[in-house]
Amino acid sequence: MSSQSKIILNANQLQLTIHRLSCEIVENLNKKKHTVILGMQPRGVLLAEEIHSLVNNQVEQKIYFGSLDTTFFRDDFRRRKDVLLPHNTSIDFSLEAANVILIDDVLFTGRSIRAGLDALVSFGRPDSVELLVLIDRRFSRELPIQPKYVGKSIDVIDNEHVVVNLTKHNSNVVLSNKEV
Amino acid sequence: MNHLSVNHLLGIKQLKKQDIHLIFELADSFKEVLSRPIKKVPTLRDVTVANLFFESSTRTRVSFELAEKRLSSDIVNFSFNSSSVSKGETLIDTANNILAMKVDMIVLRHPYPGAAEFLSNHVNSVIINAGDGSHEHPTQALLDAYSIREKLGSLKNKKILIVGDIKHSRVALSNIFCLKKLGAQVRVCGPSTLLPKFLKDLDVEVSLDLKDSIKWCDVVNILRIQLERQKIKFFPSNREYSMLFGLNKDVLKNLSQEDILIMHPGPINRGVEVTTDVIDSNQSIVLDQVENGVAIRMAVLYLLAANLKK
Repeated sequence: MSSQSKIILNANQLQLTIHRLSCEIVENLNKKKHTVILGMQPRGVLLAEEIHSLVNNQVEQKIYFGSLDTTFFRDDFRRRKDVLLPHNTSIDFSLEAANVILIDDVLFTGRSIRAGLDALVSFGRPDSVELLVLIDRRFSRELPIQPKYVGKSIDVIDNEHVVVNLTKHNSNVVLSNKEV
Repeated sequence: MNHLSVNHLLGIKQLKKQDIHLIFELADSFKEVLSRPIKKVPTLRDVTVANLFFESSTRTRVSFELAEKRLSSDIVNFSFNSSSVSKGETLIDTANNILAMKVDMIVLRHPYPGAAEFLSNHVNSVIINAGDGSHEHPTQALLDAYSIREKLGSLKNKKILIVGDIKHSRVALSNIFCLKKLGAQVRVCGPSTLLPKFLKDLDVEVSLDLKDSIKWCDVVNILRIQLERQKIKFFPSNREYSMLFGLNKDVLKNLSQEDILIMHPGPINRGVEVTTDVIDSNQSIVLDQVENGVAIRMAVLYLLAANLKK
C-alpha cells in the first residue's frame, strides 16, 4: 500500500459489512420466488460468492448463483485504446420470472451496471432486479442507477480509486490515488 | 496481448501464434453467447459489413452473415450474378462504390488467389478473406483448429492428416499454416498429381498411401475434389479416386482407428472422398466445425472492428 492510500474498511469492518448485507438480503427475501445472485465480472464475483454463501446458510430455499460478464454490452467499445476482452459468464439456469440480485464491488458512473442490466436479459426476463454494491461512490453517477443494498457510501474525488481486496491474506477496502 | 497484430485477415500466413490464441479465447466467449436464449450482443451496432461473394458459397456465407447479425452489425450482401460486375465493373470500383455508402468492413470471397490482399492495398476498409481461389481460407482453418482443440485439448504434437485435392484447396494451405503455428504435426495425402511442389517448403509430411497415413494420424481432414478448379483430368475417374483415397468404415475398422476425429470443410461428395457411414458416425465432428464457425467469425469481426476509427 502506498503512503497515499487510506483504509476505508479494515478486515473486521469489511466482514461485518458483508455479513450485514447478507442479512438485509435474507430479510427481504421472497420465499415464493426463484432468487438468483449474480456477481458482475471481474471484481464483483468474489464478493457475490461470499454473500451467496452467507445467505445460503441462513435460508432453506435454494439461492442460485452465477457470474455475469458485460464486455459485449458496454458502451465504450472502439472508444478505448485497448480491446476489451471478456471474462467468463456462467449462468446455467433461466432468469425468467426470477428475482435477481446483481452484485458489484464499487458503484461509480453506473455504466457497468447499465451494461449488466442489458446483458442479464439475454437469459430471460426477470420479475425484478436489485443492485447490491459494497462501496457507493456518491455524486459521480453518469446514469440514473441507484443501488438497493449499500455497504458504505463514500465521497471520492475523480483521480482517486477505490480498491476492494477480498483475498484470504489481504481483506480490506482502500482509497488510493494510484492507477489500478 | 489483447489485440491482433494485423489490420485485415488476409491469410493465416500473416498471423502470429498469439493472434490465433486470442481469436480462440474470444471464440470461447462467443460460443457461450451463442448458447444463451437471446444469442445477440450489441457490440457492433454502429458497424456496417459488406459480404462480397464473387463465388458461390453456402456455409461460409451463412456463417459470416449469422456472426455479423449476432454482433448487431448492419450487413449488405452482394453476389456476382446479380451485380454490375457481370457488366464489366472492376473489383476496386465495385468495392469503392459499396464503401462510399458508409460501409466499414468487407468480407470477400473471390476466385482469384490474392484478391483479398489486392483489395486491402487499394481500398480504405478492413478486409476479411473468406476464400481467395486456391490460396487461403483463414476462417475455415481457424474453425478447424478450434474444433480440434475443443475435442483434444491442444494441438501440440497432434498428428493431423489432410487428404484429397491439396493442389486446388485453399482450406489445405490455410490449415497447414495454422496447424504448424500451433505445434501440430501435419501430413498430406492424395494422388501425386494433386500434391503441389511447394509442399516441401511447408515442413509437412507427404504420403501417397492412405492406409499408412490413417494409421499414423489422430485427426483426418478430408477435402473435396475441386472439379470446378481443374482444367485437366488429374485422375482417371471418381471411382478409382474413391478406391485409393476414399475413406470408408472398413478402412478405419481394419486399421483399428475407429476413434480418430473425422473432419470435412464441406460441401461433401458422399461416396467419393468419404462414405456416409463414416461422415455420419460419432467420430465425425463436421457439424461441430459448422457450429464453431460462427463463434470464430464473431471473434474475428470483433477484433478487427476494434481497430476501426470511431
